[in-house]
Amino acid sequence: MPKKQITLTVNGKTIEALVEPRTLLIHFIREHLNLTGAHIGCDTGHCGACTVDMDDMSVKSCMTFAIQADGTNITTIEGVANPDGTLSALQEGFRMMHGLQCGYCTPGMILRAQRLLQENPIPTEEEIRYGIAGNLCRCTGYVNIVKAIQYAAAKINGTSFPEAAE
Amino acid sequence: MNQQSQIDTDRAERVEKLQGMGCKRKRVEDIRFTQGKGNYVDDVKLPGMLFGDFVRSPHAHARIVSIDVSRAKALPGVVAVLTAADLKPLGLHYMPTLAGDVQAVLAEEKVLFQNQEVAFVIAEDRYIASDATELVDVVYEALPCIVDPFKSMEPDAPILREDIKDKMTGAHGPRKHPNHIFEWQIGDQKGTDEVFAKADVTIKEMFVDHRTHPSPLETCQCVASMDKIKGELTLWGTFQAPHVIRTVVSLISGLPEHKIHVIAPDIGGGFGNKVGAYSGYVCSVVGSIVLGVPVKWVEDRMENLSTTSFARDYHMTTELAATKDGKILAMRVHVLADHGAFDACADPSKWPAGFMNICTGSYDIPVAHLTVDGVYTNKASGGVAYRCSFRVTEAVFAIERAVEVLAHKLGMDAAELRIKNFIKPEQFPYQAALGWEYDSGDYPTAMKKAMEAVAYKELRQEQATKREAFHRGETREIMGIGISFFTEIVGAGPSKNCDILGVAMFDSAEIRIHPTGSIIARMGTKSQGQGHETTYAQIIATELGIPADDIMIEEGNTDTAPYGLGTYGSRSTPVAGAAIAVASRKIKAKAQMIAAHMLEVHEGDLEWEVDRFRVKGLPEKFKTMKEIAWSAYHSPPPNLEAGLEAVNYYEPPNMTYPFGAYFCVMDIDVDTGVAKTRRFYALDDCGTRINPMIIEGQVHGGLTEAFACAMGQEIRYDEMGNVMGASFMDFFLPTAVETPKWETDYTVTPSPHHPIGAKGVGESPHVGGVPCFSNAVNDAYAFLGAGNVQMPHHPWRLWELGESLGLYK
Repeated sequence: MPKKQITLTVNGKTIEALVEPRTLLIHFIREHLNLTGAHIGCDTGHCGACTVDMDDMSVKSCMTFAIQADGTNITTIEGVANPDGTLSALQEGFRMMHGLQCGYCTPGMILRAQRLLQENPIPTEEEIRYGIAGNLCRCTGYVNIVKAIQYAAAKINGTSFPEAAE
Repeated sequence: MNQQSQIDTDRAERVEKLQGMGCKRKRVEDIRFTQGKGNYVDDVKLPGMLFGDFVRSPHAHARIVSIDVSRAKALPGVVAVLTAADLKPLGLHYMPTLAGDVQAVLAEEKVLFQNQEVAFVIAEDRYIASDATELVDVVYEALPCIVDPFKSMEPDAPILREDIKDKMTGAHGPRKHPNHIFEWQIGDQKGTDEVFAKADVTIKEMFVDHRTHPSPLETCQCVASMDKIKGELTLWGTFQAPHVIRTVVSLISGLPEHKIHVIAPDIGGGFGNKVGAYSGYVCSVVGSIVLGVPVKWVEDRMENLSTTSFARDYHMTTELAATKDGKILAMRVHVLADHGAFDACADPSKWPAGFMNICTGSYDIPVAHLTVDGVYTNKASGGVAYRCSFRVTEAVFAIERAVEVLAHKLGMDAAELRIKNFIKPEQFPYQAALGWEYDSGDYPTAMKKAMEAVAYKELRQEQATKREAFHRGETREIMGIGISFFTEIVGAGPSKNCDILGVAMFDSAEIRIHPTGSIIARMGTKSQGQGHETTYAQIIATELGIPADDIMIEEGNTDTAPYGLGTYGSRSTPVAGAAIAVASRKIKAKAQMIAAHMLEVHEGDLEWEVDRFRVKGLPEKFKTMKEIAWSAYHSPPPNLEAGLEAVNYYEPPNMTYPFGAYFCVMDIDVDTGVAKTRRFYALDDCGTRINPMIIEGQVHGGLTEAFACAMGQEIRYDEMGNVMGASFMDFFLPTAVETPKWETDYTVTPSPHHPIGAKGVGESPHVGGVPCFSNAVNDAYAFLGAGNVQMPHHPWRLWELGESLGLYK
């Protein structure tokens, strides 16, 4: 199948690549770029394990062709940590509040939560629950994922989150 | 500060530094998982690796007339296409199942369920492999199929398994019909019948624990890599039991076991789905052996939901006999078990219906009888324990629904009836009518705590008020109070009754202390999200006085880890957790000898304190474990070998019996059938608590899966055997929006036979949660005369129920 040239930015790096038009963005990211943090869970856009940030929107990369990402700016979980290599507020929140177990949904969940906090820096619990409804988790029951996001929001906003101390 | 309080402070600081048992240690695993640096099977990428994909049957039951692979083979990029004809000369077109049956790897003459594997295409990339599956031309001749298990044994039923049609004795005794797999009986039939014949009150209901699927977010997958020069096979896979997989691969491939390296890397959830051996593994291995290059196989979600195992599908006719005042006298259960096309249940070999005989539950029922008939149907094979010990969710569902029905019939409060029949604390160890010896329990304390926490009496008053308001036409909302008081049986298990393919169900730990006092411990289990790297280290930290942060836990590599039976049935803590404690104690015994040598005292003059041996009465004379470790390598005592390590293969003397009291308060809009869980309270008693944070997380997750199963999740088939809803479009996995908020609580009744008193917790919330939700729904509709309402309780079915009750007239 004839390939098409694409140019995009991934985690701050400019990437040029030749891809088949039918190549899914998730396969491009995982197999061409070797960024294996984003996962495939359902193939139908329901689970959100493949969520990445594309031009300031949460995108399910199993529902997107790589060629649709031409000219875009993408962040994956590999680009989320602080510049000094420490965990971001959300990554730390997920660890501190036990917001993950098997870890398979976590990269997508964190990317989604990061965008959610950009859209709504002080979300209510309900807003968080609706905000991550496109991302499924089979392990945690969400209670601690919600707390992880609240932890991060509080840390970013400099407010207090009493449950963090527990 | 006086001297004593200084010692206490010092001691407390040292205890805290260990991050041992009982503390909410943050997880080691999260450092990599939160940064996308987990290493799951599909992340494995090897030079020259090819991809496999299956051609699957569109029919539930059909004869294969012909298979033509020529068009597929001609597609550029396709390297090979395997069919049963290729596997048959190798004797690999069938593989043994864990249940003593065989299962087709690739269908030979017939297909027996929709999406059954027919051919395996191997190509240079996954897109080409997928293209090629559509170019394999298979001609089928459709046959009548069996979807309803109640029709399996009808005289004129089509014979499904022609490969064994003349074999009237199966792995578990005589077969009554070509579509019959086994009959399993336990208990006192005559005694039970006698009690029923004379009883004041009896109830009889069929409870259907419908077919569903564990559906971890990561599907089943593997990479097989054969090194033809060395004659060695490396197999990465999503294996809950990597050592067993290696043994199975050795037995069916003929490769010697030491030349097979099985590696289970990070696993994206298992919940029972990843215990068994599947066609994809066999075909990848064969592909790699034949081609000499690595072959990867990754299921898509539809394949996962429709082929690699299922859970439940138990149709349980359950009877209780009782006195007028509510003392249960006997229980009788008959189960019709739909096992699909092959008996590939993942149970210990001697237990064709798992531990279904825990179905007398938390109650002192003097006599009972259980019969299970397993039958073949044209559905996917399996019957795995979905977040439970083998068939324990089914057993608990039967008894916890049955006591509700009995309470309703007697006009008794359902909580009161349970309390009246509880096994009393002084009766432990308790010999149950169907054979198990319950190790420990304090049910009344747990129940009392739970009832107070939810203000049970007030809830019943509120419900009565609401029912009156409903009758007056003032509201269309009804309220249900669900109760479940479950007892699990986990930690399989003692070798006298538990083995898998002849291998006793022990588990193992190997601990090595390095000269500088840090530790590596390797385990026979395999975490799929349970946090073993965190919690096992906590056990060692407390046992050996080395900080958990200085302890690395490794699992999943059969080359380095001691042989173990894996992680399922909540067995990691009861079995491997015990192994780690026993191995630690072996090390500690040697450490004491070394410390005595170092301090020039007799061993008996030493006592253990947090992280050190000290001379009795002289607390300032001590050697820390770290100092002892150095000495073990630097200057061990004469006549004692150097080093500080131990191995333990732990044979559990009994199972463990976690229990819990769950309450659910539900409000249902009868006009829409939408049920809202107002409150869910879960009290668990898992014995000694290793990490309360992880326990809480396990309970949250198990409850969410219980909610899913009870309230909507189902693998359905139409009358043609088409699997309905094998994608996340239709298969209910709750999001953060639907999922209720969970309240957790606990009591602690340590297991008397477990070295640290722990019982296991990962599956309790699922086992206890399913009947709790179903009881809430049943309780809500009971005053409207609904009778026994079957799961799953999704809005459409509840709306239909309302219609049948005449609520919309």
